[in-house]
Amino acid sequence: MILRQMRRNAIRIEGEHSAALERARGRLVLLGMVFALAYAVIAVRVFDLAVLQGDVPRMEGEVVAADEGLQEKEQVASIRRGDIYDRNGELLATTLKAASLYADPALILEPQKVTQRLARIFPDLDQAQTLKDLEGARRFAWIRRGITPDQQQEILALGEPGLGFEYEDTRIYPQGALATHLVGYADRDGNGLAGVERSYQDVLATGNDLHLTLDLRLQHALRRELGAAVQEFQAIGAAGVILDAQTGEVLAGVSLPDFDINKAGSATDEQEFSRLTLGVYELGSMFKIFSTAALLETVNGSLGQTFDATKPIRIGRFSINDYHAQKRVLTVPEVFMYSSNIGAALMGKTVGTEKLRAFYRDLGLIDPLKFDVREIGSPEVPHPWREASTLTASYGHGISTTPLQLASAAASVVNGGFLVQPKLVAQQDNSGEPEKKVRVISQENSEKMRALWRLVVTQGTAKNADVPGYDIGGKTGTAEKVGARGGYDRKRLISSFVGAFPMNDPKYVVMIMVDEPKGNKKTYGYATAGWVAAPVMAKVVTSMASILGIPADAYDPAKDIVYNLDRYIHDPKHKKGKTLVSYHE
Amino acid sequence: MSIMSPAQTQAFSRTDRSFLGSWWWTVDRALLGSILALALCGVILVATASPPVAQRIGLTDYYFLKRHIMLLSVSLSIMLGVSMLSPRQVWRLASVILLGGAVAMLMVLFFGEEVKGARRWISLLGFSLQPSEFIKPAFAIVAAWLISLQKSSGTRSGVIAGKKHKSRWDALRSADKFPGYHYTIFMYFILITLLLLQPDLGMTVVLTSVFAAQIVIAGLRLRFLAVLGGVGAGGLTLAYLGFHHVRSRIDRFLYPDSGDNYQVERSLDAFRHGGFWGTGPGQGSEKLILPDAHADFIFSVGGEEFGMIFIWILIGIFLFTLLRGLGRLRENGDMFAVLAVGGLLTMLGLQALVHMGSAVNLLPAKGMTLPFISYGGSSILAMGLGMGMVLALTRRQSRVSVSRSGIVMRRAEKNNAGQTNED
Repeated sequence: MILRQMRRNAIRIEGEHSAALERARGRLVLLGMVFALAYAVIAVRVFDLAVLQGDVPRMEGEVVAADEGLQEKEQVASIRRGDIYDRNGELLATTLKAASLYADPALILEPQKVTQRLARIFPDLDQAQTLKDLEGARRFAWIRRGITPDQQQEILALGEPGLGFEYEDTRIYPQGALATHLVGYADRDGNGLAGVERSYQDVLATGNDLHLTLDLRLQHALRRELGAAVQEFQAIGAAGVILDAQTGEVLAGVSLPDFDINKAGSATDEQEFSRLTLGVYELGSMFKIFSTAALLETVNGSLGQTFDATKPIRIGRFSINDYHAQKRVLTVPEVFMYSSNIGAALMGKTVGTEKLRAFYRDLGLIDPLKFDVREIGSPEVPHPWREASTLTASYGHGISTTPLQLASAAASVVNGGFLVQPKLVAQQDNSGEPEKKVRVISQENSEKMRALWRLVVTQGTAKNADVPGYDIGGKTGTAEKVGARGGYDRKRLISSFVGAFPMNDPKYVVMIMVDEPKGNKKTYGYATAGWVAAPVMAKVVTSMASILGIPADAYDPAKDIVYNLDRYIHDPKHKKGKTLVSYHE
Repeated sequence: MSIMSPAQTQAFSRTDRSFLGSWWWTVDRALLGSILALALCGVILVATASPPVAQRIGLTDYYFLKRHIMLLSVSLSIMLGVSMLSPRQVWRLASVILLGGAVAMLMVLFFGEEVKGARRWISLLGFSLQPSEFIKPAFAIVAAWLISLQKSSGTRSGVIAGKKHKSRWDALRSADKFPGYHYTIFMYFILITLLLLQPDLGMTVVLTSVFAAQIVIAGLRLRFLAVLGGVGAGGLTLAYLGFHHVRSRIDRFLYPDSGDNYQVERSLDAFRHGGFWGTGPGQGSEKLILPDAHADFIFSVGGEEFGMIFIWILIGIFLFTLLRGLGRLRENGDMFAVLAVGGLLTMLGLQALVHMGSAVNLLPAKGMTLPFISYGGSSILAMGLGMGMVLALTRRQSRVSVSRSGIVMRRAEKNNAGQTNED
């Protein structure tokens, strides 16, 4: 009985036991499936990494860097920055892959020896610092960024396993300092920081090339002659521009001092400053171009109109004097030729404040210039503009502009009367409608202005600007800088000249400005525009003529437009009918 | 068997009743083979991955390789030795190790070496031993024994000190069940308290997972499984909130931009660089950068130098080991063996999973060794112990002697073990 009971119990428990085991086996299958699934996911993930994403190259700072994959990745990651060319297709800026040398100190067994060998390749290497880096515990140290292929070859020849290369896009400016302030520069990461590199960042960064209106040959000539003037007159700086008189294209633009844009990091503030577009100067007598034009254009003035320059004009405690005082009544050409401040002030008075200001505004002398670089200075105009301001602004006092701005306005006056908008970047689309021309003065008045410009060179203050055979005209301007204590400083001058040629139908407008020149023996101690800036003009035009192939025989002295003015010149020393009358400052 | 020489066949004939002979015919040779294959892969990978690490910390190039081979030999010897034990001996051994391990863990808290902010190691005969590594397999065995006691019998623990089969008969008479679960849970909490004091969260997770797997196998209803999952998630959340390094790692996993993922990125690059066929042995470069390339990131080194094909084979060997071991249990009628082996294989499988998952960024970065592959003293010894126990409990002999419990058993015992099916 007991035995039967026991057997029954045993069977029951056996049954329970089997059921538990059955369930356990089911759970084992579940466990196995979970693991199988998880491992399958890992396997798929490895497939994803190794095959689908396979051979993706390493990131910066890694030991193996120079494999092909790296370069592919970088090309995908960053579009190569566009090149910059001049109008003839000469390269101004390009982007090259340059190697940068680094060391993995852990793989360098003899730091001393390696340092010595590196110093042989890079003579300017800081040996103490390099040795310290190579003996250090870090796994990465830059030796030199952006090395040349030759240097890289020499490094490879060392066979040192601890030295490696990273390849980076490097901006190269083959022309160095030639067009510093207009081209500008970009940083290592391809961000434009100045010039068209900055203002055309979007275009360049998307891989598009940029064609400038510059002509490197003219650029070189202008820079050379300005540099020579700075040297000769121990000036603190200079600026100059050559414009196409009709289109406003900047053929050359220079600001000195400049610097090699390949080494932008070491440029001083003085070097970085663009006197051409950012500097704002009182440019003095050159403004007589605009007050004279205003007289002719806005109040129908005639060349025969006279202005009494016998004595200075007094305004309050100031007086307006003439530098080349004639102490008589002057016609308009005489005012222009002798650069009479009194005459110009009286012309301005005749025009009237409103009209003069409006005319200046039309010429773009009041508002900041619109240009293809962003380093643009805002003009300083009298504020408030009183009657006295009109008088002084007529001969360029109390009003400051950038040299480029003045050159553009001057070009507008002599090119037939159409407003000149200077541009640096060649028109990309030829499809667009022809540019709208804005007339600022009449053709007739423009021709009168041309004759006046020519007169200044033949008989006026800018005889030194003349080049026989090239029909040059222009206007000088000598202004005293504002001194430290207010008022003008007689010793610190801005000597400038704006000119054009050929004067019967100007094709080129050239502006020269020399900042704080000092007179020398050759100039009898003078540092005025006629002695400093005008000769630069002559040299620049001489170079331009040979570069551009402009023949000298196109000019017929007998038909010189200056003869149109003969009847307005009443100077006793002036012999009528002779163009090249000697005249002394 | 066909590949065996006649002499061996002679020596290990099926009728060979010697100790080694019966071991050879009863042990799961496929499982043994796959473990040895893992060990071989491990030697190759440590050989290529460890020299850069050794150089970095100023040791001779083959320092780690030499130690690895030495420890692996010891580990495999332990494995073979333990595999020859009977289930009863396995459980006794495990009890001793568990007790000793718990005492050692307590000592570690007071006398242990502190490395990287955690006290886990004690110095023994020039070796740094990590007692918690040995706790894992021992706990799996002891927990399995206690739970199986509750499952398969109603006896008190005192009674089982007697003859095994007799105790089961005794159990039939007893009405009240042995409270194995309670003891196990009590033991579990003591151990994780000790682990969290070190602190060693990885080990806690593994131990918890092993325990959870055993409870599940033991027949926990699936609705309790959900509760268990909830408790686990809660525990991890607490760890996330309580341990700064845990939070930082999980944050970096979930939001890769939030912090430094340098190691993981290097690891991923290793697989990408390796591609399908790999760069070739010794040609990898990520090992020069990866910290612990010979231990916590050895999987990545394998991926770079031997490629996806090798990684798949490696995953295959691990999966085979797991499924083979679990498969053997399906013929096994002994609840103890089922639970113990289930727990131990979960331990192996989970550690491999965490290691591999971390390397391919499917799991948060957690420094865990790849069983039998990675360099790592205590870990590799403990793995040898654990797999030795698996081999011991999956031997045919144990199936024959224990599986048919109750009345069937006597008949089975009369029959010879040799009559069992071939694999």
